[in-house]
Amino acid sequence: MKTLEIKDVHAKIGEKEILKGLNLELEPGKVHAIMGPNGAGKSTLSKTIVGHYDVEVTEGDILYKGKSILEMEPEERALEGIFLSFQHPVEIPGVNNAYFLRTALNAKRKHEGKEELNAAEFLREMKKYLEMLGMKADMISRSLNEGFSGGEKKRNEILQMLMLEPEVIILDEIDSGLDIDALRAVSEGINMMKDGKRSFLVITHYSRILDYIKPDYIHVLKDGRIIKTAGPELVAQLEEEGYESIEEEA
Amino acid sequence: MAQEEINKAVSGEYALGFEIDIETDVVPPGLNEDTIRFISKKKDEPEWMLELRLKAFEKWKKMEEPHWAHLTYDSIDYQSISYFAAPKKGPESLDEVDPKILEAYKKLGIPLEEQKQLAGVAVDAVVDSVSVKTTYTEELNKHGIIFCSISEAIRDYPELVKKYMFSVVPMTDNFYAALNSAVFTDGTFVYIPKGVRCPMELSTYFRINALNTGQFERTLIVADEGSYVSYNEGCSAPTRDENQLHAAVVELIAMKDAEIKYSTIQNWYPGDENGKGGIYNFVTKRGICEGENSKISWTQVETGSAVTWKYPSCILKGDNSVGEFYSVAVTTLAQQADTGTKMIHLGKNTSSTIISKGISAMKGQNTYRGLVKIGANAHGARNYSECDSLLIGDQCGAHTFPYLESKDIHGQVEHEATTSKISDEQLFYLRQRGIDEESAVSMIVHGFCKEVFSQLPMEYAVEAKALLELTLEGSVG
Repeated sequence: MKTLEIKDVHAKIGEKEILKGLNLELEPGKVHAIMGPNGAGKSTLSKTIVGHYDVEVTEGDILYKGKSILEMEPEERALEGIFLSFQHPVEIPGVNNAYFLRTALNAKRKHEGKEELNAAEFLREMKKYLEMLGMKADMISRSLNEGFSGGEKKRNEILQMLMLEPEVIILDEIDSGLDIDALRAVSEGINMMKDGKRSFLVITHYSRILDYIKPDYIHVLKDGRIIKTAGPELVAQLEEEGYESIEEEA
Repeated sequence: MAQEEINKAVSGEYALGFEIDIETDVVPPGLNEDTIRFISKKKDEPEWMLELRLKAFEKWKKMEEPHWAHLTYDSIDYQSISYFAAPKKGPESLDEVDPKILEAYKKLGIPLEEQKQLAGVAVDAVVDSVSVKTTYTEELNKHGIIFCSISEAIRDYPELVKKYMFSVVPMTDNFYAALNSAVFTDGTFVYIPKGVRCPMELSTYFRINALNTGQFERTLIVADEGSYVSYNEGCSAPTRDENQLHAAVVELIAMKDAEIKYSTIQNWYPGDENGKGGIYNFVTKRGICEGENSKISWTQVETGSAVTWKYPSCILKGDNSVGEFYSVAVTTLAQQADTGTKMIHLGKNTSSTIISKGISAMKGQNTYRGLVKIGANAHGARNYSECDSLLIGDQCGAHTFPYLESKDIHGQVEHEATTSKISDEQLFYLRQRGIDEESAVSMIVHGFCKEVFSQLPMEYAVEAKALLELTLEGSVG
């Protein structure tokens, strides 16, 4: 079964229609890359899947494991296993990073009928992943994203992904603003999550990240629709010829 | 009472209009010399105190109610208020208490025995607290600390009271202070002797009867040289109160090398969402750092009352003295708060810090009003002010009025102010991680208040957090 099916979705932000009949299916265990020019609707697509308030779906449906999620609140979608790594993670002053993440993790565990982790158990886990991602220990006590560098913010997103263990993972411009070390650490984190079941949706401008996270499919998003789907070989063509060269498949 | 008589009474012509029976527990509404004599007699006060009260009353009659604050309310009829009422008999058991109040106790995590005390369930329930009281009294006596009601202090420690009462807040300081000086019914007195570090948090809560004397409370705390005390006033539990007008006065005196930490949680009846009912809270709180290296720190969490008018202040007289003001003020429903502080720098190298967090929700109006004054001799004075406002929804308001007067060109003053809305992006971020909307809002609000809560004694901070959650419950979305 597909993990996520986006069926002929039309969606608007304000009065403007951005997604115009978008179709996309995510397969378990596969990495799907979405590429496309600025303004094609890449970020709107990720917002639509996670149920952002800005987006209104006017037509079509989105199924997660065969069930429609359009009526679900953002937090319900998250608890069911849909995760978005934000392009610009927002700063929340005074909210302790570890406290936030423990609250999120325990909400998920509760949802799954598991026991909540106490502070000590949680910290042990968190430290393990911090080390893995090359993050400093002060990430435990700092305020969520406040004053984080671009690289720290993205690593923190990946930290959350690793600990929350979602099943559909959307990475919105995860590589933007990362230096090579951060890019490598982030990619390692993502690759570690590949388990043959999880689906990845990698939204990106640049092919750089795709050298680290090998995609199985490339989808070209243009003017609110997926106009082409192909294997990883398409990346080279896009690099050379740009999006202009891509013709919509019949 | 006819209008003419009221006018007479207000203008002071109402001399000896009626006799009050000293045996009764409640005086009829109205304020004149007799009322004051009655209160003084009920309190078994010496003559000098009565004279001071009468003097304050004379002054008060000539003063006008101030209206410069950013507040709107119906004017108060001071002749319709009863100025003395002995505590009413409490309910027999918790079964007789308003279920809504019990629900709030539960949400605040208040233990059953304490619930009984708060609800005024008298008799046997207090047995527990009596033993608590004995234990702490013995401990305090050992250190020579005086901790008693202001009425007891007037009788037992007249020299201290004469010396310090009205020394920080003169009886004519303002309209409400003058009124309080004339009619105050009770309050707390604390004296910490030289070099003594008070071994426990002092709290009005320990003094059960203090809970019933809220209307015109008078508190005086003196920390002698090199001493330290932390005093907690109020508690998070909702309290039923028939009195609409509260006008308290608090005076703090810190001698050389002494430190006073004063924390308040205020959760009086806020009225309904249309602004009906609720307490009018007009408070004068001021401390003086008399000696060098002394320190006074005010921390307040204000969530209750319909109208709040309150500016806990510090006079930094001693060289190197330090004043601090940490405040969280929440206005929801139709509440209005005009609160802030005054930091008066007189001594050299004095420093002050102001951290004010205003949260407005529903139709709440929140005003920060602060004055930083640097005197001509206050060389090297420094102030840091930070005033942040958080808006929840679009019907509420936040206003900031910072004033600065500097006579010393070398004074260092920094002021930062921000106003933010709980942003949709912040909320969404948390919800995308599986945190429900209400928890997400409370997480953001707690984050916003963190700098202030971290100043509260630990148990008090826990109470404050729970209270904040309860106060904002249902005001989002």
